[in-house]
Amino acid sequence: MPRARRAIPAVAPKAPPALTFDQRLAAGLFVLLALLPLLSRGIASSYLLLVGERVVIFAIAALSLELLIGAGGLVSFGHAAFLGIGAYAAGIVASHGHGTLSIALPAALATSALFALATGAIAVRTRGVYFIMITLAFAQMAFFIATSLAPYGGDDGLTWPTRTMLWGRPLLKDQLTFFYLCLALLIASYLGVGRLIASRFGRVLRGLKDNETRMQAIGFAPHLYRLTAYVIAGTLCGLAGFLLGNQAEFVSPAYMHWQRSGELIIMVLLGGTGTLYGPMLGALAFLLLEETLSRLTEHWKVMLGPALVLIALFASGGIAGAIAAWRQRRAMGARLALPLARRHRLGAARKGSRSWRRAGLRLLSRTARGLRRGADAARAACAPAKTALGRGLQALPSLAERRLKATVVRWWRE
Amino acid sequence: MKRAVLQLDALTKSFGALRVADAIGLEILAGETHAIIGPNGAGKTSLINQISGALAPDAGRIVFDGRDVTQMSMAARAHLGFARSFQITQVLPHFSALENVALAVQARSGSSFRFWQAAAGEANLNRVAVRSLETVELAERADTPAGSLSHGEKRRLEIAIALAHAPKLLLLDEPMAGAGSEETRRLVATLKSLKGRYSILLVEHDMQAVFALADRISVLVAGRIIATGEPQVVRADPAVRAAYLGEAT
Repeated sequence: MPRARRAIPAVAPKAPPALTFDQRLAAGLFVLLALLPLLSRGIASSYLLLVGERVVIFAIAALSLELLIGAGGLVSFGHAAFLGIGAYAAGIVASHGHGTLSIALPAALATSALFALATGAIAVRTRGVYFIMITLAFAQMAFFIATSLAPYGGDDGLTWPTRTMLWGRPLLKDQLTFFYLCLALLIASYLGVGRLIASRFGRVLRGLKDNETRMQAIGFAPHLYRLTAYVIAGTLCGLAGFLLGNQAEFVSPAYMHWQRSGELIIMVLLGGTGTLYGPMLGALAFLLLEETLSRLTEHWKVMLGPALVLIALFASGGIAGAIAAWRQRRAMGARLALPLARRHRLGAARKGSRSWRRAGLRLLSRTARGLRRGADAARAACAPAKTALGRGLQALPSLAERRLKATVVRWWRE
Repeated sequence: MKRAVLQLDALTKSFGALRVADAIGLEILAGETHAIIGPNGAGKTSLINQISGALAPDAGRIVFDGRDVTQMSMAARAHLGFARSFQITQVLPHFSALENVALAVQARSGSSFRFWQAAAGEANLNRVAVRSLETVELAERADTPAGSLSHGEKRRLEIAIALAHAPKLLLLDEPMAGAGSEETRRLVATLKSLKGRYSILLVEHDMQAVFALADRISVLVAGRIIATGEPQVVRADPAVRAAYLGEAT
């Protein structure tokens, strides 16, 4: 029965497969992060650990956004709103004396989920650019509400009375405990989002991204699935916000600024959407770039911009895409070359790549120096343009609001 | 007398001044293969879009199994037992052929709000999907991404997807469109094997295929049904010959 034999492997893979390459990469990243405290003990300051905490927290946020972008095809330009909402909710209950884990964490998660439910119910009715605009508009609304929260600091932000208490003790005050808690939550998020994407629900979500018409024809109503994904992603990002607020013991409207939303998108795209380790690597790469470049010059974004343009041009799959392409090349090379010839060629290639690397580094440092000088000159020259741009950016939220209002009105009439 | 699965009652739809459906009345009987033919622009695809729920009619009623479904969404109709293929192939290009079909099975068996168990490993879904792929002779391509299938294979995959949700009514919008002669032969053979087991509404340009498959034919010209009947009757109808077949032969 050749037919039946063919059918079996498609029906049930027998042995549970070993870790895939992607999973091993993620595991390696987790191990590396787990070893970070050992490294930072050597250095007198806990600075490295602080950076590590930020990387871990933003990796959670990037994972939640990946659920929307990678699996759902929903590019949310307002995802940072949930960072702020999570941090504000926990901070506000803490400022009323309820800063225990059993109250502050559920408050942060529930507020994020509610905001996602209310705004998502409208946002998932739109697609593409309109979805981007409407999520941006909602995030800006949250931003302006936060700036007008006078009892809770308004523009200046809200200083938490304390980090969240655990069993009545300030356990999270201890930096190591806090770091490992964040890391454990990142690993849990990674596993959870992975299961979710592979589940029935995740398959429907991915199918809707692939071909909505086909999915409707077989009986899936898109809105409900997209809204559920939006609420899950928002809640998970709210968790990241809760952690971020704890880390700084502070929250300000800047957490929800649209630039922060943009940075989250950059993390996902820089790391490579479509994988789970990609966004985590993206968060790591982005924050490290930020740390190192901002030490070179305060105009570090002048260098980040071109770097991102280059990535968009030459590595559209982000870091994950580049790794996949490299593996493919290597696999092809290994198949083609004879072992001896291969060793020879590899040696040559290694030598070649070393000199290339040197040349690349030289070019990079020269470019950096040039850029710094250029930036100083440009700053003087561009002051008028800068104010104009600033004004334009201020106008953007109100534009988004108008757009939102029109959509809401239309929706209401329908 | 056979029971009618689908009844259209004075279905009317206009795009601006263009009337694509002009008080269309039509009955699809249980188990019959009913073909709709007509010249380009007669409103065939618009009609099938209205039946499947992709397009809302301006007036008239669509009754399915004694139930008025005129206001229902496409997804809700699919749950009642509508299944359709598209004139322009609609598959999930990044999913394997098997998963394309398994998703259709999933839509009909249990909730899709399950967040933990890996869907690709659900044997009960895959078993039905494999059977459906075997019906259209596509089982050996089960693991190929649908986007890499040949055009004819995609057309057969669409039929497999439609069959997977155990439909009460199959809406096939030009299943032979763009297929080569060998593929067309295969598709006709596949559809012939389905004849009698399903109620089928077939929109098709290939006259040979239509006369080989249909129990009854309706002729749609400029949004109106000008004739309905058995193939020989329709072929002999002078109005049809003038409006449609006359141009072809």
